[in-house]
Amino acid sequence: MAISKIWVFAEATDGKVSNNTLELLTKARSLADTVEVVTAAGGDIAEEVGSYGATKVLTVPGTEGKLLGAPVAAAIAAAIEAGNGPDALLLATSYDGRDVAARLSVKIDAPVITNVVDLVERDGAIAGLEQIFGGSTNVYTKFTSDKPNIFLVRPKSFAAEPSGGGAAAVEELTVPDLGATGAATVTNRFVEEKTGPSLDDAAVVVAGGRGLGDKDNFSLVEELAKLLNGAPGASRAIVDAGWVPYSYQIGQTGKVVKPTVYIAAGISGATQHLVGMKGSKNIIAINKDPEAPIFSVADLGIVGDVHKVMPKLIEALRSR
Amino acid sequence: MNVVVCVKQIPDPADPGSLDPETKTLKRDGKLILDESDSYGVEMALQLVDAAGGGEVTLVSMAPNNEVSGLRTALAMGAAKAVLVSDDALAGTDALGTAKVLAKAIERVGDADLILTATESSDGYTGTVPEQIAELMSLPSVTFAKEISIDGGTAKVQRQTEAGYDEVECPLPAVVSVTAGVVEPRYPSFKGIMAAKSKPVDEVTLADLGIDAGTVGWAGARQEIIEVSAAEERQAGTIIEDDGESHGKIVDFLAELKII
Repeated sequence: MAISKIWVFAEATDGKVSNNTLELLTKARSLADTVEVVTAAGGDIAEEVGSYGATKVLTVPGTEGKLLGAPVAAAIAAAIEAGNGPDALLLATSYDGRDVAARLSVKIDAPVITNVVDLVERDGAIAGLEQIFGGSTNVYTKFTSDKPNIFLVRPKSFAAEPSGGGAAAVEELTVPDLGATGAATVTNRFVEEKTGPSLDDAAVVVAGGRGLGDKDNFSLVEELAKLLNGAPGASRAIVDAGWVPYSYQIGQTGKVVKPTVYIAAGISGATQHLVGMKGSKNIIAINKDPEAPIFSVADLGIVGDVHKVMPKLIEALRSR
Repeated sequence: MNVVVCVKQIPDPADPGSLDPETKTLKRDGKLILDESDSYGVEMALQLVDAAGGGEVTLVSMAPNNEVSGLRTALAMGAAKAVLVSDDALAGTDALGTAKVLAKAIERVGDADLILTATESSDGYTGTVPEQIAELMSLPSVTFAKEISIDGGTAKVQRQTEAGYDEVECPLPAVVSVTAGVVEPRYPSFKGIMAAKSKPVDEVTLADLGIDAGTVGWAGARQEIIEVSAAEERQAGTIIEDDGESHGKIVDFLAELKII
């Protein structure tokens, strides 16, 4: 199936389009002639997505106070049913992106290719690249069905570059009756207070793992991050152990980060962690086990005790 | 309050996996264990049934070769019984096919007030199965729950978001996926382990569930792996033993990169 039209699920917070979305738009316009977005964020994003190559914004109405999975998937499925659908649909591996892709796959009975880090053209079709075993093995997969191709793409897989296009045209999609599937209601939204740069944007990320030994020692990670104007992060092990919230988690489950410098303190480097950080430009690892897999990706590896190295490092940076 | 928990039995993550060169899918021939990600859903279910003052927790799983070792772990934690779907025709089943099978197995259990899952499995990690089950069963759903309480016929859920969390209210029955780490999974007691051995596991095939084998397995996945190759490796770096002064090397490196 030739790919001529791609839809991108566009996400936005307070009217600002997410980086994930801009990355997907940039890639989409290299794969298809027509790129359009589907969004629950309204038509106000038309200018921003237009400048990244989208020519149309298809809005999904009535999503205020609703979880997005059911209404957005239903609206897309209805458009496909009516013969107005795309050849492929790109969604970011985000909380809402996964919900939409999963619901839609059932509605149109089409499979989803997940955890995609690159999209390439092969024989007139799009193949998705997944990296498995901690990113050591490339697997390219394409669809054999004639259904619209649904790809869930990991954040930071592409660099976002504007195309200089004008504002996109705005059109409203129809949301069919959702029945029970649309019954979940958001009653309140809480924003966790955070200081310093976010994990997504920070030039320096300092992440801690089980090697810290104790929840209280995570303060070493926070302190070093603060000194370097970076963001603190964590391995899954210490998130599961309840030391820090899930929002700190870097890895396959959790966030993908690509900072200029990544400092791994007491992290062994399970494959689940490596896929979330091995795209960092420079990696520094401190771990007492010389066999720890984290050293296979480190530019500078210190085989030593984090409890000794970190305080000295913090002291040295303070006294500069 | 009856809760169904979907659990996956996976190869031990401590053993590095490999691909079958024939089929290009993950080899699953070794012993399987309960996916740790699922232990949080099991714990959450047990706590909710306790809080409701009655009802039971039923497990639903799909695995090759009638594998039950992971199920026994969850039964030992306190689940009452399990439905296990095992069928040779399931080889190669993708996330959508898995959801089709699990949805039918949940229907077989009957009268579930709440269906819990992990947010994603540790080996396949597509993260789409919970919502697919909900859509197949025409149910509402909340993903990435960090806290669940039940108030009459409504689940009150704190759902993880990029910025913090949302409070969500969802009428039951519903599907809720539970984030790892939000509860402390109990260790099975000796008594629990002994009791688990005699708890009922309803072993069923695709035919028992009325599923056409053509809609699952390889045929149902409708995908083709067209290339498997080695990824580009990072250049090996400098690894040094800490001699009490190695922090200086980090400072130098950060200075070289103009971070400080």
